[in-house]
Amino acid sequence: MTDSMITARGLRKKFRQNSGESFEAVKGIDLDVRKGEAFGLLGPNGAGKSSTMRMVASVSPISGGELRILGMDPAVDGPAIRGRLGVCPQEDNLDQELNVFDNLYIYGRYFGLPKQVVRERVVELLEFAKLTEKAKSKVEELSGGMKRRLTIARSLINRPDLLLLDEPTTGLDPQARHVLWDQLFRLKHAGVTLVLSTHYMDEAEQLCDRLVVMDKGVIVAEGAPLDLIRTHSTREVAELRFGAGEHADHAEVIGDLGERVEVLPDRLLVYTHDGEEVLAKTHERGLQPLATLVRRSTLEDVFLRLTGRTLVD
Amino acid sequence: MGAISTGPISEAVAPRDLPFKEGVLRQVDYWATLWARTWRGVVVSSFLSPFLYVLAMGVLLGGFVAADPDQLEGAPSYLAFVVPGLIASHAMQTAVSETTWPVMGMIKWQRIYESMLATPLQPRHVVGAHLASVALHLTATCALFTAVMAPFGVYESWWGPFLAFASQVLCGMTFATLVYAFATRSRSEESFGVLFRLGVFPLFLFSGAFFPVSNLGDVGSWLARLTPLWQGVNLSRMFALDHVTWWVAGVNVAVLVVLMLLGWRWSVSGLTKRMIT
Repeated sequence: MTDSMITARGLRKKFRQNSGESFEAVKGIDLDVRKGEAFGLLGPNGAGKSSTMRMVASVSPISGGELRILGMDPAVDGPAIRGRLGVCPQEDNLDQELNVFDNLYIYGRYFGLPKQVVRERVVELLEFAKLTEKAKSKVEELSGGMKRRLTIARSLINRPDLLLLDEPTTGLDPQARHVLWDQLFRLKHAGVTLVLSTHYMDEAEQLCDRLVVMDKGVIVAEGAPLDLIRTHSTREVAELRFGAGEHADHAEVIGDLGERVEVLPDRLLVYTHDGEEVLAKTHERGLQPLATLVRRSTLEDVFLRLTGRTLVD
Repeated sequence: MGAISTGPISEAVAPRDLPFKEGVLRQVDYWATLWARTWRGVVVSSFLSPFLYVLAMGVLLGGFVAADPDQLEGAPSYLAFVVPGLIASHAMQTAVSETTWPVMGMIKWQRIYESMLATPLQPRHVVGAHLASVALHLTATCALFTAVMAPFGVYESWWGPFLAFASQVLCGMTFATLVYAFATRSRSEESFGVLFRLGVFPLFLFSGAFFPVSNLGDVGSWLARLTPLWQGVNLSRMFALDHVTWWVAGVNVAVLVVLMLLGWRWSVSGLTKRMIT
């Protein structure tokens, strides 16, 4: 088997809108995902992440460029590729008519797996997803976190070489997110190649070995999360909240205290190597912020630096 | 939390292209599970609806109809005239019910097709399995209807009910493929209301189930004869009454088969355009 799980060169996706005009969701991106790594597509809604994921999942024909999944061309080898993929879609599409066990069992049968093999794997996956006691429950009785775990378990029924997770924790409460992250960590350590799209920077930082930052259909940065932060941001960020409408004026007063200052509607961000020093000097200059916070830089700051916008609008 | 096994699956279950039969068979467990949950309702409705129809139209209304058999296309009674047409019409209605909201639900609401198509299955397999389930439903419904009607003396030969039954299933499947194709192209369920009001209901009333289409006049009767439902009603009645004009039967079958195959093609292309975007 080749070590390259996904290779894309100049990958494009166009859609024809109802108005008749075409809209280009993905504008010529290059991707290389290697075996065993956790790779992320980070970007806000509308960045082109889901369109990219659908092309990789071999359910959306490419509009231009080249794409190889597991060394195969999705245009001609779609069934063979999909047989080796696991797909966890953005919105759960579990079968509400079936119970938890049957959701996994029947899905396994779509892959042509023998009945006994599927039954054994269902037991294993229910254990993995901590849903063994819910095996006979209807899907509608499950919490949001349980449904996500079941969807991920279902995507593993064919023991995929490559697992695609489209916004896996969107809509989940913090506790459910952490349970899910734990699951994904275990998969990663088990050697499953993960590709996940997310607009949560903490998720990308936690899970991804490498990621691309996407915005408006193009890749604006690529690398390991820490490398991206080191390259595009400072070690620390001082956040200062002032009264409504005062941020732009105060930014001029303290603009020289850090490497750069970002003015957001509700706060000022001062990028610096010493956040506490920025706070002290701000007070020395007679400014009294309503609230302050010193934190380390994150991928959110990288995105802000590269695009001038925040990840979550 | 338990351990998880990983590793590539065998090439045997990941063929480059999945044969049609293999793809359809992989969905047998899914449809069997659904059937296991719903078969009682299917049996009851398959029995109850035709029974009420026949009781109201054939027996109670038919009691007032005393027509010469020549005016009833050779039927000895109005009951014998109306039953074959009613079964064919019921097949149409069953097929339409099974391929409108259920198909849209699988595309848009429950998004079952999305999950199926993320596996090696392709649209043609998904359409094939769904329509096979509709065919099974039609077979059960028409067989039950035919069996219920047999004691009423509405069949004129021993073999007639079998060919009439086959005609009814064929008629139903023609509507199933055509309406499935329509459903894959429908963006909202409102279009189904239009389909029922402007398509199914007029066909039900004016395709010869309740009266000979010759009653509609020259133009009306020819328009009625162009409809797929009339083809099914006519076939069903000819076989049930043992008044078969074979060349007409041949034309009826040919029209239904051609429309069914066109519907199949449109269904697969419709689902492909809708889901593989």
